[in-house]
Amino acid sequence: MDLTLIIIIVIAIVLVVVVVGIYNGLVQRRLRVDEAFSQIEVQLKRRHDLIPNLVNAVKGYMGFEQKVLTDVTNARAAAVAAGSQGPAQQAAAENALTGTLRSLFAVVENYPELKANENVLSLQEQLTTTENQISFSRQHYNATVRDYNTSIATFPNLLLAGPFGFTKREFFDAEPEAANVPNVDLSLS
Amino acid sequence: MAGSTFYHQIAVNRRNSFLLAAFVVFVLALLGFAIGFAVFGGPEAGLATTAGAIGLGTLVGIGTYFGGDSLVLSVSGAHQVDESTAPQLLNVVREMSIAANLPMPKVYLIDDTAPNAFATGRDPDHASIAVTTGLLQKLDREELQGVIGHELSHVRNLDIRFALMVAVMVGVIAILADFFLRFTFWGGGRSRSRSGSGSGGGAQIVIFVIAIALAILAPIISRLIQMAVSRQREYLADASSVELTRNPHGLERALAKISGDKEVLEVANRGTQHLYFTNPIKKFEQRSSSLMSTHPAIIDRINRLRELTGDPPLSPSDAASLVGLE
Repeated sequence: MDLTLIIIIVIAIVLVVVVVGIYNGLVQRRLRVDEAFSQIEVQLKRRHDLIPNLVNAVKGYMGFEQKVLTDVTNARAAAVAAGSQGPAQQAAAENALTGTLRSLFAVVENYPELKANENVLSLQEQLTTTENQISFSRQHYNATVRDYNTSIATFPNLLLAGPFGFTKREFFDAEPEAANVPNVDLSLS
Repeated sequence: MAGSTFYHQIAVNRRNSFLLAAFVVFVLALLGFAIGFAVFGGPEAGLATTAGAIGLGTLVGIGTYFGGDSLVLSVSGAHQVDESTAPQLLNVVREMSIAANLPMPKVYLIDDTAPNAFATGRDPDHASIAVTTGLLQKLDREELQGVIGHELSHVRNLDIRFALMVAVMVGVIAILADFFLRFTFWGGGRSRSRSGSGSGGGAQIVIFVIAIALAILAPIISRLIQMAVSRQREYLADASSVELTRNPHGLERALAKISGDKEVLEVANRGTQHLYFTNPIKKFEQRSSSLMSTHPAIIDRINRLRELTGDPPLSPSDAASLVGLE
């Protein structure tokens, strides 16, 4: 009787240790996802802050295509609004914004005085680096999400993920044309 | 697959750093003993100089680990820059450190028109990247990304620590050997004749010969290690750079531009040459895969990149025109 009691206690302790280990592992993975996402959000915010400056810098030029500017402004507003709707929605809105920015810079190419403007050049460089940072952060974020989603969907973590409230996370999806690297951004520089 | 290569490389570098340190201690001990025995006579003196040599090696090793990067940077005439002085460079470095998931390194600029770059430091938390002003002027943004990606791969793979240790260890062995050879030339004969009357004169002469042989061979061997290890890392860093930038063409064009550039980097020397993006010292006609070169030929590096993208290797005539050898 003493022996069975000891065995039961030992098994219970082992179980508790295993459960605590799995739980901590899951929490750590989820934290990594959150960290990676906050990194993206910092850069998205920076991009949203830069765009009004760019719009102001170029809109003074006579005959500058107004439609391109309103497209950028609208896309920015949509992206800011999508900030609270989860990664997938946010990614879609940000990709639309990236597209309008590309057409804006394509139009800037037609204005020699804009291409020579220090302020515009500096804003263009800042937006380029922010966009690159977003895309590299997105790779990192998606990798951590994949890792986390796999870990909560496999045995034995699977048994604990549900009861402890670990749910799947969304990917911050790559824009469709960036998926087929590398000839996309060659035209930009 | 790619990921495991980097972890493998990091593990290899930790092991190599340890092996190198062990090798250097061994050579120092041997050299110290032989010098002590030969110059002062008797094993006791040999043991004393052994201790001295190992002590010197350890001190220099520790000094290198903590201060080697600042030494290399100041020897190369590099000065630190920030967002206000070199915005695009800082932006590119930040992008690539995000891609490599590394902390932002310190960024330095070298005032030299020859395009080149290097990374140094003891680990990713204490890393520095230095580029020349020529590199910034001659490369566009994508090409710069490729070069910075290459340097950050050295940081991530811990190549920088190993390269730093190699630089200094090679130096210490060379100095000690050099010191001994000079000492022998000027003062060795006198001490040998003095102790010749005592016992063990014959053994001392044998050891004296061994000491001279060691003093000549040790620097050559340690330099060969430096060369061989350094070349393999360049290929891996090129491949890692493409993995980070997801754009093989930037790095390929950067290599092509740099190989076509005929300037020699004045601040580089024999001790620091293996740190650089491309070999800074040799004239461009001589940048070939020889035994003593710290870098693979640029044509080989470009062709390995073209393999990644599935492009055919450069034809011999293209390669010749690239380096200006028509």
